Amino acid sequence: MAEMLTTADGIPLKAALARAQSRARRKALFLVLPLLIFTLLSFVLPIGAMMARSVHNPEFVASTDRGTGAVTPIMQNLKGWFDANPLGTEPDEAAYAALVADLAHLQETKASGSAGTRINYDLPGTLSLFKSGARGAGKLEPPFKESLLADDARWGDPKLWQAMRAATAGVTADFYLAALDRTRAADGSIVQAEENRQIYIKLFLRTFGLSALITFVCLLLAFPVAHLLATLPMAKSNLLMILVLLPFWTSLLVRTSAWMVLLQEQGVLNDSLVGLGLITEDQRLAMMYNTTGTIIAMTHILLPFMILPLYSVMRTIKPSYVRAARSLGATSWTAFRRVYLPQTLPGIGAGGLLVFILAVGYYITPALVGGASGRLISNMIADHMNDTLNWSLAAALSAILLAAVLILYWLYDRLVGIDKLKLG
Amino acid sequence: MADGAQSDAFVAFEHVQKSYDGVSLVVKDLNLSIAKGEFLTMLGPSGSGKTTCLMMLAGFETATHGEIRLAGRPINQVPPHKRGIGMVFQNYALFPHMTVGENLAFPLEVRGMGKDERESRIKRALDMVQMGAFAHRRPAQLSGGQQQRIALARALVFDPELVLMDEPLGALDKQLREHMQFEIKHLHERLGITVVYVTHDQGEALTMSDRIAVFNDGKIQQLAPPADLYERPDNSFVAQFIGENNKLPGTIEELSGGKALVRLATGEVIDATPVNVTAKGQATLVSVRPERVEFKPEMMPQGAHMIDAEVLEVIYMGDILRARLKVAGTEDFVMKMRNTLGQTRLDAGQKIKVGWHPQDARALDPV
Repeated sequence: MAEMLTTADGIPLKAALARAQSRARRKALFLVLPLLIFTLLSFVLPIGAMMARSVHNPEFVASTDRGTGAVTPIMQNLKGWFDANPLGTEPDEAAYAALVADLAHLQETKASGSAGTRINYDLPGTLSLFKSGARGAGKLEPPFKESLLADDARWGDPKLWQAMRAATAGVTADFYLAALDRTRAADGSIVQAEENRQIYIKLFLRTFGLSALITFVCLLLAFPVAHLLATLPMAKSNLLMILVLLPFWTSLLVRTSAWMVLLQEQGVLNDSLVGLGLITEDQRLAMMYNTTGTIIAMTHILLPFMILPLYSVMRTIKPSYVRAARSLGATSWTAFRRVYLPQTLPGIGAGGLLVFILAVGYYITPALVGGASGRLISNMIADHMNDTLNWSLAAALSAILLAAVLILYWLYDRLVGIDKLKLG
Repeated sequence: MADGAQSDAFVAFEHVQKSYDGVSLVVKDLNLSIAKGEFLTMLGPSGSGKTTCLMMLAGFETATHGEIRLAGRPINQVPPHKRGIGMVFQNYALFPHMTVGENLAFPLEVRGMGKDERESRIKRALDMVQMGAFAHRRPAQLSGGQQQRIALARALVFDPELVLMDEPLGALDKQLREHMQFEIKHLHERLGITVVYVTHDQGEALTMSDRIAVFNDGKIQQLAPPADLYERPDNSFVAQFIGENNKLPGTIEELSGGKALVRLATGEVIDATPVNVTAKGQATLVSVRPERVEFKPEMMPQGAHMIDAEVLEVIYMGDILRARLKVAGTEDFVMKMRNTLGQTRLDAGQKIKVGWHPQDARALDPV
């Protein structure tokens, strides 16, 4: 048995080592602490809050005063009835009585907007129903079922009751269902949304498809440029690098509007083509406000994100590798394919991942040049944030986008290995 | 074998010139023939044009002027992959994304060789460099010396008749380098291949080569077997570049019958062998190897001129003692003494007389 090792003054070696290392660790922690706190406050917390919102929306059961921020519970009678009666129970007189009492309460607290808006997400047109229902609720006489239905037959719609039941629940997956073009039938089962309301899956697919295409075009354009940058003498490659980076120093809006000037129907490119007689006046190409415009402008904007990682990888590939391949008898194409290209894979992976992830979430450019056919999922999320104010749906869409990107990242790790990623 | 074109030369450079910028020549009118089976080393300081010559031979640089021939065939227009020349690069250039086995398979695959023959050849090549057990490793998992062996095996696996080596041992430590020198030398003898070897390490060049071409300033300064190069340098550059040399400036006093009398700066007159001096009164540098300098009268060679010297310092170097002397006004005159049991120990400040055989004093051009 070896006796326990101690330092010169008798402290056990392990304890001394732990103490010495903990000091260094504490110091390191202090150094990263500012960034840690910043990341927590500006990144983890907001994303967490957004995620929470995508599954939890209390608007139907709690009205928030926009001025004071005070929260008033609403629709509590109906919530009580839903809690007491399981899913599938036919709404009886008690349910209607609870509903009418709640509607009257909505009128008192001026909260019909909050509750109505929440149901309106699921059943468009119900906001006005709630508003008029709240206005008339005070005058209704029992039996409430008959009088309410006499007032507006839509109150008897089983879908409405299903939506209200779902909205009283604390946590709901309904926004995710909506984001995937699904909805709940009256009996609570999940069904496809109506044909004309199926937009999100199509939009997701278009977003991923376009992003993949843009990533591929970026790769094709960036590869030779990055190779040139990596092989030219320093002075020349620096100059070229400035040209590559120039777009970074120009406002995104300026760049996008420049493309609009160039590509629109009465734009520079079309004018030149007509002027050269290559096309006639009525054959002017539609390159703006459609998918083509989005692809061109986004490829241009994202190109540096492909060039830079490629360049940083290519610069480390010594020319002697290709020379060795050539001297061993490989044609220049074989040397490229079997020796050079495999060594650029970390750069291709990094650039591809970077461009794809940026493209998937791109918002301004498609909004400006995309028109109707070039819109991406991010524009829809922005719509829900700014116009319809359905933040929960926006959060659900964003969460799906985030999950897709994470899955992609995971796949990359499994196939290539994250440790091989080289961003510059 | 003389310089210039010879029909039986395996590799021939004929009036080859190379310029990168169109202003200056990196290689100036190079003429060199290399016989089949020869081990030729291009030795020179960096920027002397030796690597450029190798690259032109390999096909990675094109000659600005002149012709390069391989086995009688002009190869100026032949792309590198069709030259069939094996090459070992400075940092080995082993493909990092392939295993050792795949690295060796590469030249065989691009030649369309079948799997069975590939495997037997790879095995043979790996066994040749004693690396048979490493076929499945990645280059990054090998030590520098092991990578070096693999690079060698890869350059030999497709049986090229000519193998180029561009400072292949530069990255190894001294002991390993010396060991690999012998291995490469033995491989060359066993396989009968022609090797063109580039290095700036003169010890390496002397150890391995059949002939050495000393490059400087884009020209071959001397092309000779190692012993000739060391003992009979043609000019001051070669004398200084190969091994250690003492230089005594002086003027030619007399020149006749392969003998010269040189008057040194301090007035002494010594015998010397003229090499590239032509006339009386010409300035010259007399070069003497440190190990050919003697100071004990009883050991002095016949006909040696004795000259006064003062010991400035003595450095103990283990196998030898190295004395720095003041001789004929020169303060960095070095004398090497074997560290034998009975060796006379000199002390700083001691006045002695030194001498050498006239054959060992070579009167060269003053640089």
